[in-house]
Amino acid sequence: MQTLNMPDKKGYYGEYGGAYIPELLFNNINELEQNYLKIIHSTEFQKEYHDLLENYVGRPTPLYHAKNLSEQFKTKIYLKREDLCHTGSHKINNTIGQILIAKALGKKRILAETGAGQHGVATATVCALLKLECIIYMGQIDMHRQEANVIRMKMLGATIIPAISGSKTLKDATNEAIRGWINDPDSYYLIGSAVGPHPYPDMVAKFQSIISKEIKQQLLKAEGMEEPDLVIACVGGGSNAAGAFFEFIDSKKTKLIGVEAAGKGIDTGYSAATMTLGTTGILHGSRSIIMQTKDGQIIEPHSISAGLDYPGIGPLHAFLGKRKRALYLNVTDEEALQAAFNLTKQEGIIPALESAHALAILNKLELHKDQVLVINLSGRGDKDLPTYLDHYHEK
Amino acid sequence: MKNKIDILFETKEKDILSVFFTAGYPQLNDTGRILKELQENNVDLIEFGIPYSDPLADGPVIQNASQQAINNGMNLNLLFEQLFKETSTITIPIILMGYLNSVIQFGLEEFYKKCFENSVSGVILPDLPLSEFEDEHKRFADKYNVKVIFLITPNTSITRIKQIDALSTGFIYVVSSNSITGKGHTDFEALEKFYRQLHQIPLKNKTLIGFGINTNSSFKKATQLANGAIIGTAFINALSKEQSISAFINYINTTQPILS
Ligand SMILES: Cc1ncc(COP(=O)(O)O)c(C=O)c1O
Repeated sequence: MQTLNMPDKKGYYGEYGGAYIPELLFNNINELEQNYLKIIHSTEFQKEYHDLLENYVGRPTPLYHAKNLSEQFKTKIYLKREDLCHTGSHKINNTIGQILIAKALGKKRILAETGAGQHGVATATVCALLKLECIIYMGQIDMHRQEANVIRMKMLGATIIPAISGSKTLKDATNEAIRGWINDPDSYYLIGSAVGPHPYPDMVAKFQSIISKEIKQQLLKAEGMEEPDLVIACVGGGSNAAGAFFEFIDSKKTKLIGVEAAGKGIDTGYSAATMTLGTTGILHGSRSIIMQTKDGQIIEPHSISAGLDYPGIGPLHAFLGKRKRALYLNVTDEEALQAAFNLTKQEGIIPALESAHALAILNKLELHKDQVLVINLSGRGDKDLPTYLDHYHEK
Repeated sequence: MKNKIDILFETKEKDILSVFFTAGYPQLNDTGRILKELQENNVDLIEFGIPYSDPLADGPVIQNASQQAINNGMNLNLLFEQLFKETSTITIPIILMGYLNSVIQFGLEEFYKKCFENSVSGVILPDLPLSEFEDEHKRFADKYNVKVIFLITPNTSITRIKQIDALSTGFIYVVSSNSITGKGHTDFEALEKFYRQLHQIPLKNKTLIGFGINTNSSFKKATQLANGAIIGTAFINALSKEQSISAFINYINTTQPILS
């Protein structure tokens, strides 16, 4: 059977992917590329990875039948509760995997970028656990809007370096992390989404694929079938969506919808809806769809949600979108806020602003009562309370 | 027509001075002026940086110059137009250095064709993979007589250096140490060791050392090892301070203090 969820030998999903890196990083990427599959497939890695996922992260996370939300939208909705993972989002599935790779490669110092701070917290957490030095690059604007996560990272012992170039958000934090890596080639760069040069997108998708593996098993128990009609996930760089889609990508039955941040609206110039606004180009070491001018300058994105405020998308998603295997839609800041308040009211669950984008798409879909939907609730809303508080009186 | 890079190396083997600056910086229309002044001051080679919004291998000085140039309105089309106006004055090799995305958006064949038509002898694209050069760029680079120059670092493996040497026809750009541009400290002992390895291969191409060459003393040390050296960040700093170009070049060549 043809498998669409993995890149070819050269690291491409169709025309997207590859490793576009300055020579200064060649050895690092090469070392990783030569070793990552070997390490992942070793029994030692598998044992440690699954042990940590179960006993440290708290997996499997529940697949919760959200009855009130289902009733509201006249369909059957399950929420995959990644918000219940240790540290509050799906990001830790990936950091556990990569930190074990870093350890196997003998690395002592970890560099990472973060947007919402969830990846930064997850990285600082596993570094504390394995006693590795941790340096986190974070956009200065994000440090303000996700302050709670900055405090958590500090408490976990990480050094935080503010990214003050460009839009001072995730794109710039990623630039600074890559520059930091060039200057410090002995360190390990622990990327937080399904982006970057090959083999990162594949590695991250593999570590997040635990999400769809569990959905299959849990749905079999709950519904007597492995494949839902529809899987919905929000997309920043695309790691939680890659994980939620992974096992269903070759399915004939399951439709896949990724939801990006439209920001203030896709025509306003303040948006992060890459699949709608972008064209093919190179950003952060891979060929994918990116938001750029006709000269190839990257356009500064905007989203109320720091984790989706990114002008690119992982090459797997560019590929799935181009093949029309998955559909990429978007919702505005306002629609995401509404959806966050709605889930809180309906189910007593406060979602992360990122995840609220996935929920908000429900209003735009034609749904039937005999459909089974899975929405990946990628994270919890604790970090977004200041933003929610600002908008609380309006709702 | 012979490529100017070949002509340069046929006439000069040592102490080659190459200067890098971002096109469109400090002012949009400074290209011609700076080019002429550098030529008058006997610079051997000029590298124009194609400004890019997200330059991964560059430190703050070149990042800021790039952003300023973009804000000024610089783009590849305009740069080619500006170079076209200088056709009759340009006597030394011109090289464009930039990131692959700018070239892809411009169009591959169109880019190499425009290089040929506007006195550009070579290009440096640090994030262009070797395999993609061979599969997609080489035929256009050859067709339009443009040399593609690759980087190596003291950490590059001998196997890969041999591969790069075989693919190169202009020169090899030796990055002085594993760091982004503008760090300003070069470990010449390590570099000397590295050059001993290079001499054993031996390379068929000439080499220029770049990144962190910023004073007369570092230029001298670099040119003792290589055929020449490239000055980037330090020159951009001089431009930002509106120092005279001839005083700067004089300082690099002779340790004359800059009196501006
Ligand atoms: C809770 C949550 N969901 C989603 C994302 C978006 O990232 P990705 O598209 O890689 O899943 C983030 C990123 O910070 C996040 O914190």
